[in-house]
Amino acid sequence: MANRTVIPFGPQHPVLPEPIHLDLVLEDEKVVEAIPNVGFIHRGLELLCQKKPFQDMVLVAERICGICSLIHGVGFVQGVEKIMNLDLPERALFLRVFWSELSRIHSHLLWLGLAADAIGFESLFMHSWRVREMILDIFEETTGGRVIFNVIKVGGVKKDITKETFTRIMKQLDKAEEEYKQISEVFINDFTVIHRWSGVGVLSKEDAVKLGAVGPTARASGIKSDMRMLKYGAYEKIDFEPTVERSGDCYARAAVRVKEVYQSFDIIRQCYNKIPEGEIETKVTGFPNGEYFSRVEQPRGEVVYYVKGNGTKFLDRFRVRTPTFANLPPLLQMLAGCDLADVPAIILSIDPCISCTER
Amino acid sequence: MFEKQEIINITKDELINRVTPLFKDGYRLVQICCTKLDKLIVDYTFDKDYKFFGFRLDLPLENAELPSITNVYFAAFGYENELHDLFGIKVIGNKVDFGGKFYRINEQAPFNKKQEAKNG
Repeated sequence: MANRTVIPFGPQHPVLPEPIHLDLVLEDEKVVEAIPNVGFIHRGLELLCQKKPFQDMVLVAERICGICSLIHGVGFVQGVEKIMNLDLPERALFLRVFWSELSRIHSHLLWLGLAADAIGFESLFMHSWRVREMILDIFEETTGGRVIFNVIKVGGVKKDITKETFTRIMKQLDKAEEEYKQISEVFINDFTVIHRWSGVGVLSKEDAVKLGAVGPTARASGIKSDMRMLKYGAYEKIDFEPTVERSGDCYARAAVRVKEVYQSFDIIRQCYNKIPEGEIETKVTGFPNGEYFSRVEQPRGEVVYYVKGNGTKFLDRFRVRTPTFANLPPLLQMLAGCDLADVPAIILSIDPCISCTER
Repeated sequence: MFEKQEIINITKDELINRVTPLFKDGYRLVQICCTKLDKLIVDYTFDKDYKFFGFRLDLPLENAELPSITNVYFAAFGYENELHDLFGIKVIGNKVDFGGKFYRINEQAPFNKKQEAKNG
């Protein structure tokens, strides 16, 4: 048996936008075991529900993450709306789906850029983020924000989009999709990308289920799991099928995200064609009293919000389980047996968001 | 559309025997969550084919103990460390026990303290 060496990886590392530390146990160049260490940026956001009224907690929920902030808001208010038995206007539900899918596109483009950068493909990184800017411009125009949007509220949404604006945005999205096509072909077909990611960090379907993988990480291992299939909100009126790959490697995880961007463009088109006229919010009276586990699909996967109300303006409990928390055990499985040089690419392949994870 | 959610109350002594068949049936561990009221309420939630299913058990506010389910669901290690660091629950047999250092926080069990005056 070769000598064992322990190499610390992170919390500061060029491929890590956020701090996670791994102790990598090596035999020569092979990783035998990876021991994770998080906890550098725990903020205790969940406890704020005891001090902030439930309507204000949506602002806290949005600040859990700077990438998927909007869907954090959607997941939280959905739980509160369930226990308050609120019946939302359909237009509000469609607007939530519209912004949620824009979030998915910009999150996936951000990841694709970072992933390209991690394998030294600088031009691909810059083109991915150039297209992402087009999506952020649409966010800015429709919500006023590029990171934190503040358009989701208990009972509906705060801003509407006029028909003229919506039509113009659809043309902008057509242009963005056209430009994205050139980038996506590189991610799917380029020799360098395939060579770098194929067969690297494989997670079998069985291990993905056993270890609780979610989102693109699970779907890349052949699991047809997507919380949007629960048909929450206006997804009830949207036709789509989860994107699934079989090989379970880094390339499959990238391919799922590449294809999901097209799927999100399609869902937005469906929103544009199906969104009805009408109100964008319903009147909220009383206080939440009850409990619900609200599940929605973030770009990184399933996120769970547990909300428990007690009939006052403060919640007894607000708990968030983010996709990265669920994908950490599968990550350890992917790392076991890999080459040291592949560790950055594998870690990045689950699209880790540590701020989300620690809340 | 809201999904149906089934939650069954159990005791901590039943926990391992209850979760083991779920693992064999291919249920995914979704999360473990603790809520502090006049007692600690711990929820174990699972999913298979979009069917949400949960076990719930009660623990005292002080000196609470739980058996670890990491021998069945390895992925539970993070949640169980969280139960310890945030709520002060002693989880016995966690396969990846960080010994109170999962979250680098100065306070012990900050989510299991007496509630402060509300200012909202």
